[in-house]
This record gives sequence, C-alpha cells and structure tokens, in this order.
Amino acid sequence: MGQQPTTERTISVSVNGETYERDVPTARLLVHFLRDDLDLTGTHIGCDTGNCGACTVHVDGAAVKSCMLLAVQADGRKVATVEGLAGDGELTPLQQAFSHAHALQCGYCTPGMLMSAKALLDRNPSPTEEEIRIAIQGNICRCTGYWNIVEAIQDAAGGGT
Amino acid sequence: MTAVEQETTLRKGHIGVSVPRKEDSRLVQGQGVFFDDIKRHNMGYVHFVRSPYAHAKIVSIDVTAALELPGVYGTLTGDEVALQTDPFFQIAAPPGAHVKDYALAVGKVRYVGEAVVAVAAETRERARDAAELVEIDYEPLPVVVDARRALDPDAPVLHEDAGGNMSYTGVWEWGDVDQAFADADHVVRIGELHFDRFNSTPLETDGALVEYNRGTGQWTIYTNNQFPGFAAIMMGPALRCGIDKLRLVTQDIGGGFGNKITSHPQLVALCLLARKLKRPVQWTEWRTDFHQSMSHGNERWFHDVEVAVKADGTLLGFRAKAIDDAGAWLRYEPLGGVIWSQVAPGVYRWRNIKLEFTQVLTNKGPVSPNRGYSRMQHLWLTERIVDIVASELELDPVEIRKRNYVRAEDMPYETPNGCVYDSGDYAKALDIVLDLIGYDTIEERRKEAAARGKLLGFGIGSTLDSGTNNFGQSQLLNPDLQFSGNNEVATVKLDIFGEIVVTLGTTPQGQGHETTAAQVVASIIGCDPDLVTVRVGHDSYWNSHAGFSGTYASQFAVTGLGAVKGAAEELARQMRQLASMVFQCPEEAIELADGFARIKDGPPEAALPFMALGAIPNANNAGFPVDPPQMNARYVYRPPFEVPDKERKFGKLTLTYAMQIHGCVLEIDPETGYYELVDYAAVDDCGTRINPKIVEGQVMGATAHGIGAAIWETFAYDEEGNLLTPNFYDYHVPHALDMPPLKTGAVESPSPFTPLGAKGMGEGGGGAIHCVGAAIQDALRAAGGAVVTDSHNPYHRVWELIRHPERSRATVEVTTR
Repeated sequence: MGQQPTTERTISVSVNGETYERDVPTARLLVHFLRDDLDLTGTHIGCDTGNCGACTVHVDGAAVKSCMLLAVQADGRKVATVEGLAGDGELTPLQQAFSHAHALQCGYCTPGMLMSAKALLDRNPSPTEEEIRIAIQGNICRCTGYWNIVEAIQDAAGGGT
Repeated sequence: MTAVEQETTLRKGHIGVSVPRKEDSRLVQGQGVFFDDIKRHNMGYVHFVRSPYAHAKIVSIDVTAALELPGVYGTLTGDEVALQTDPFFQIAAPPGAHVKDYALAVGKVRYVGEAVVAVAAETRERARDAAELVEIDYEPLPVVVDARRALDPDAPVLHEDAGGNMSYTGVWEWGDVDQAFADADHVVRIGELHFDRFNSTPLETDGALVEYNRGTGQWTIYTNNQFPGFAAIMMGPALRCGIDKLRLVTQDIGGGFGNKITSHPQLVALCLLARKLKRPVQWTEWRTDFHQSMSHGNERWFHDVEVAVKADGTLLGFRAKAIDDAGAWLRYEPLGGVIWSQVAPGVYRWRNIKLEFTQVLTNKGPVSPNRGYSRMQHLWLTERIVDIVASELELDPVEIRKRNYVRAEDMPYETPNGCVYDSGDYAKALDIVLDLIGYDTIEERRKEAAARGKLLGFGIGSTLDSGTNNFGQSQLLNPDLQFSGNNEVATVKLDIFGEIVVTLGTTPQGQGHETTAAQVVASIIGCDPDLVTVRVGHDSYWNSHAGFSGTYASQFAVTGLGAVKGAAEELARQMRQLASMVFQCPEEAIELADGFARIKDGPPEAALPFMALGAIPNANNAGFPVDPPQMNARYVYRPPFEVPDKERKFGKLTLTYAMQIHGCVLEIDPETGYYELVDYAAVDDCGTRINPKIVEGQVMGATAHGIGAAIWETFAYDEEGNLLTPNFYDYHVPHALDMPPLKTGAVESPSPFTPLGAKGMGEGGGGAIHCVGAAIQDALRAAGGAVVTDSHNPYHRVWELIRHPERSRATVEVTTR
C-alpha cells in the first residue's frame, strides 16, 4: 500500500489582521475553522451547497464563500470577517446604513451580505442598482426581499465605506 | 421604491416612530448569539441517520460499526426512544388521535428524510462518518404521495393505529347555502384548484445545544424553537417529566416564519442523548434535512367549487370540498383544519359558505405552520374564485371586489362564523394600490407590451392576516381538548442603579421586539427608549412566560406589547407611589418625566432620579413604615375570548384582522412562458404601527415569500416519495436580481379591541401568490383564456396554459338562469 493520506496539517492564517497557527483536520471547511477553532461566530452557515452566502468572507480581498474552501486552502492567506469591519468599535458607514435603512431583520444573512457589499464598494465605490444586485445575488436573505439592502448599499456608496 | 403614507401616523410618546432597532448594532458586527454559536466543554455533535425510503418497515438496525469508530460517543435508536418516552400528545380527535409519534422512527419509516438513528461524536465530521456506518435493513412498502389518492380503498396506510390515512374530516357550513344557490342568477363551477407545497426556508436551520443536570433531572435547551410554550407541553409528557424540568432558552434566531415551531421530536432525541451520554450534545440541522423533514406548508386541493352570483356581480356564497395534505405526521396538525376558518369569507360579504374539509396523511415531509398558516390557502381560494367568476361573467376584477368587500362602515364586522373583523377600509386600500400601479394607464401599457410581443397582465390579491389566536378554536376539531384563549407575559423592573429592564416570553426572529417593547415602555415610564434594556429572547428561568409564549401567528403587537404595556403601567404606578411616600404627597401629584419622578409644578429639588427609586426597595429600605413597592412588575396579557360554540363552529377565533392589498403587473413571453413582474404595490393596514419601518420591512418580506412561492419555490416529489428540491440549488428562493420594483403604502385603522390599537401582522396572507396568479390569468385572456388553477406557476406551467388553454377551461363551467 502507498503512503497514508495526510489527515491533519498545521496552517497559518491571518484573520482580521491577527495571525493564527493551528493544527486542523484536512477535511475541515474554512467556515468551521473560523467558527469552531477561532470562535469567530459572526460568519454563519445557511446551506450545504454553496448557495446561500451567509458564510461570505474576504480572502486576500475577494469575497468568497467560506464553506466552499477548506481551511488548509487559506494557509498563508489574509482572511477578513464581519468581526473585523468595525475594528475600533465604531460602526462603518456600511454597517450604519444597514441599520438606518432597516436592511436586516433576523440578522443571520447580514454578515455575509455586508462582506459581499464591502467587496463591491472596495472595487466600485459608485455602483449602479443593477451592479449592487449582481454583487449580492449570491447572498440569500429570507426576511427583507432585498429592497432595503440595496438601498443601504446605495446609501453607503454615497457616503463612503 | 415608493412609500405612501395615507394617514398621519399616530404618535404617542415614542409609539409610531421608526426609531433605529436596538438589535442592529450586535447583528451588523457579527455579535449576535445564535444557538449554533454556543459551545460547551466536551460536547458531542449529533447527526441523524435518515430514511432513504418514503415508506418501509425497519427490519433491523446495527450501530456496532459506528460505535467502534474512534471519537464516537454513542447512538440512540427508535427502540430506546420507545422505551424511554411516551408518544407525543396528539391534538386530533380519533382517528388522528391514534397516531403514535416518537422522537425517532419506531418500527417503520413514513417519508424520505425521517430520522431513524442519532449518532453523537467529538466532531461534526466524525458524527457524519459514523452515521454512514450505521446499518439499517429496510423492507420497502408501497407509497402514497398524491393526497387525492390517500383515501382510496387500496391506498397504502401510513399509520395502522389510525385505521387509514384520514386525520380529520368535518363539514363547516354557515348561512343558508342552498337558498343562496336558489337565489343565484349565475352558478360558476370550478372542478379543481391546487395550493402548492413549499415553506419559508429560514436561512438558519433548526438546532439546539442540550445539557442534562443529573442531580436535578433538568435539561437546559439552547435552541431556536419559536414556540417554547408549545414545545414544553409536547416534550414534558413525552419525557415523563414536569415542564419545569425543561429550561428552554432562545437568543438570536435566524428567521422562523412558523417553520421552527415543531422541532420537539429532535429536541427530545437530544435530551435522551444528553442523559445517556452524560455530556452536552449539539445538533445543527443540515439544509437538506430541513427541506426534507421540517414544517412543509399545507398543500391543499379544492374540489367541486361552486359559487352563487347575482347578475350584478354580488357574491352570495360558495361551497367546496378541501383535501389537505398533512404529510406523514401530525406535529401541529390537524389545527390547519380549523385555522383557515378564521378568514372563512376572506375579505368579502358573502354570508353563505360550506366547506367539507378533510385532512389526509401521505408519505411526504410533515406539515406545520408556515407564514400565513392555513389562512393563506383559503384566502387564495377566495381570490381565485373572485377572479374566475369575474373573468367567466365578464365582470371587472376591481368592480367585483369593491362591490363585495366588507365595507369600512360595517366594521366591526361579524362574519358568518362569528369572527369579528375589527377595523379596516379595504376599498380605500385597493384604490391606493391602483394609484401606485397606475391602473388608469393599464390598457395603454397592455397595447405597448403587445407591440413588443409580450402579454401584459394585472392582478389583485386581497388578503387578511388574522392575529392573536383564540386557542379555543382547537376544540372545534377535538371537543375534548383543554386549550382556550391566549396569553403572553412581560416583566418590567427598575433596578438598583435606575436601569429599566424588560423581560418577555417571546422568541423574536427578526421582528424587532427589543425595539418596539422599549418604545412602549419608554412612552409610559417617561424616558428615552435607549435607557430601556430588553433582554434577548426567552428563558424559562426568567419566570416571564406562560403556556402560549412564543413568537408565531401574528400577535406580538397585541399579546407581547399588551403584556409590556400592562407591566410598564404597573411599574409606573409603583414609581409614583414610592415617590409619593418619599415626598409625603398624594400619588396623583407625582409625574414621571425625563428620568425623574417629580412633584408636578413643584420645586426643582422635589425630583427623585430613577436610580434613587430603584435603590430604595432593593438596597435602602430601612425606616419605611410599610413595605415600599417592589419596582418589579409582572403582567400577563389575556385577550378577551370565549370558547367558541362547538356545535355551530361559531365564535371569535382571532382578535385582530390586519389587511393587505397587493397588485402587480407582469409581462409574459408567449413563446416560452417566461414572465417578469414589472410593477408591484403592497398596501398594509395593521392598525396603529408602533414602528412603521419595522412594519414595512415585514410587508416586504411577506411579499418576497409570496413571489417566491408563486414562481419558483416548490417541494416537488416524485412518485416514489423522493423530494426533488432538497436544497437551495433545486429549491430556488428569490435572489436580489429576482425582485421587482416595489411600492408600498399604509393605512392605519386602529383596532378597537387591543391595548395599543395595533394588530398582529407579518405573515401577510400570501398576497403575492394571489395577485401573481390573477395577473397571469389576466394576461392570458389574449392568448386562449386559460384559467389559473394552481398557486404555483413556474414558467413551464404558464407555457402549458398558453399551449393548451382548453385543459384548464374545461374545468370551469357557468350556469345562468
């Protein structure tokens, strides 16, 4: 028989500016690494198929669904989660706009929605409504019907993120 | 987006103001605490092994290999459950009463996805691996998927104990139906209508963390169950314990929509595992498991629908037969068999109604409450009737509605079955919708669309959101039940440093209870809402709950805020009383304002800060000749209900009737059946709005759910009982790009029956389902005149309606005298 497959690996990941070195099972998803190993429970899980976007985080600045990556694939990369948005305790204009426009109800999709919106505004500070809807089409919200979310992102774009 | 405010918002203190939500700060920072965020040392992760068959005998179960896998803590099987628990209490009278329902399948499985074995292990991954090592031998049995076949003599029987597949049947008749048909100028017959199966698919699935205290025999259950009052009533007898042994705790909940009411079987399985394994256990439902097994909305067939109509379009009455498909278990059913009658006449004044209602069991996921529970199906029937009658008799769909709507001057209006519509002006709301849509230009737009090769249609959905249940209606199904009325509890206290703290029994899932409760308390106590702390969620340890506590059935603005108002008024009275004791003046001389209790028009120093008032009874109470008031007020709100008349099936089944009128314009591509909503308006009247922005948010959410159900969302089964849409790939919920432009409007008709003039709202009555179907039928007038007979109209179904209009047309017939 050949070599046994590796079932555990040590990874080093920067999350919200802090570097974490951890031994992880190779089968562990990035989202479970964030939630269970680092206790960053702001990133949520809403499906098993990569459809819902509740687990959206940034990896090297790009919005990705953290249930579609293994933790080992984040080795050596920079991850940003919702917990890192208001680093100094002051809500960002995007977070404030979500509250102001009533763009959240249960709040379960909100972290992923914020991370998708931030990725959009980082690359396109003045998006059209259509561009906003395209940017968040991978994030499911079951409470709002999206109207207020689109409005919040428009408002934030007007005032900077 | 356009929003129209037709009437001045009623303002009193902080009521009627869209203050920002207290919940938002934590939620936008990822600091909410959902059940899956809670961890315990050495906890086991639970995975359920589920049935791949829709109907099969369980021949044998072997968990040996699973238990041998390192890191596996243990398993639980149906045999153990049957020994250690009693079957769940059944709401049904016989024959449904004989169904034996346990936390895991015992002896037989009855739908694909039914939980058969639970496995607990040190990680989620290991629990799932171990589940695959559980060996179960099944002997497949014939299945029944189509409710219309469930009562055939040769249909396979799900529950032998019940002697067949019928769970409930009853005839509901009011007025003089035969006379109405004798008086009619036209009788319109509709052969069959079908309300489809779907649910609200909250983004967070079900789950819990359960700990067992061996010393006291008490379980602590951190969960997202949205009706702890009901869960405790179901779980206590099953677990053979008093409900004080069940401490249910909720915090943030990721959407509920009724779908999280019936997780009691899973919670019992977790309780047994926590006790057996002597460690906390945690279970988070997989998305596929949710779709297969949790709270499908009631699928319903209507047969032999007959409508009595006068020549001028006056609707006299209707009769029909309903077959309700409960799926495999009666977890909250057969309550759907009475809940529909809260809105028996819909929004119309017909006085003669007969419905023969039969509920059957099939080899599909069990149904349970889903946003608009059971009323939505019936309101869809009434709206389909009105549009089919209008189109067959060439009446204007706006005119026939206005002619037959319950009128503002008739309010409060007693329906033929004794329900009382408290307030509202439906015709006025319809006018606002027509205005928002630009109805006067619809024919021009139809022509313009036709020039582009598109079929344009306009549709109306007039619907009700009945709220604050009288649970006495359950006795119309089962006269032996001992449930009636309703209640909710709030505690408001003033603490040592002047903190105002509110504790509720409710389980909000996004409805903003912390915010609206603070608005009410602040208005009564005389302070800013920011100074009021409202605890998150429900905890049995707070002793601030009662048997009906939870968040369901459009009632918080009445029951929850009614309790908050009662408790806050009592606290305010105690504060004035204590200040009067200190100042030795009459109680009436004291006023509460700006954080002080002070003597009205008195000197500035005659003012006690809330902090001083809070400290006196708690920490500074020497020298008082009598006990100072406690500064801790608990209030139970109880709506004024009687037990309904069981013989006549007559009485007040709910306290309030919020109203929604929806209207939409859509364009169909006749070549493909593809259609798009190009204009949409929703007008809501829920009485006094405590926080208009929160109300509008729920109107939007209900609209999105209705649009999803009308076009994309369906729990479709194949003939063998396999769910074809078990995840968000195959079950398409609306995405941001799917939503039409939306205009909203509001009318405020305060309820004369409720503490704040507010009505429960949020479920929304399926207005979007009604108006999308109506608009499709309107558009197809120019393409063969097909009749819309299903609540779910995906593009391929519309294409079939265009290709074969004769098929649906053949189901409708008109007799004219």
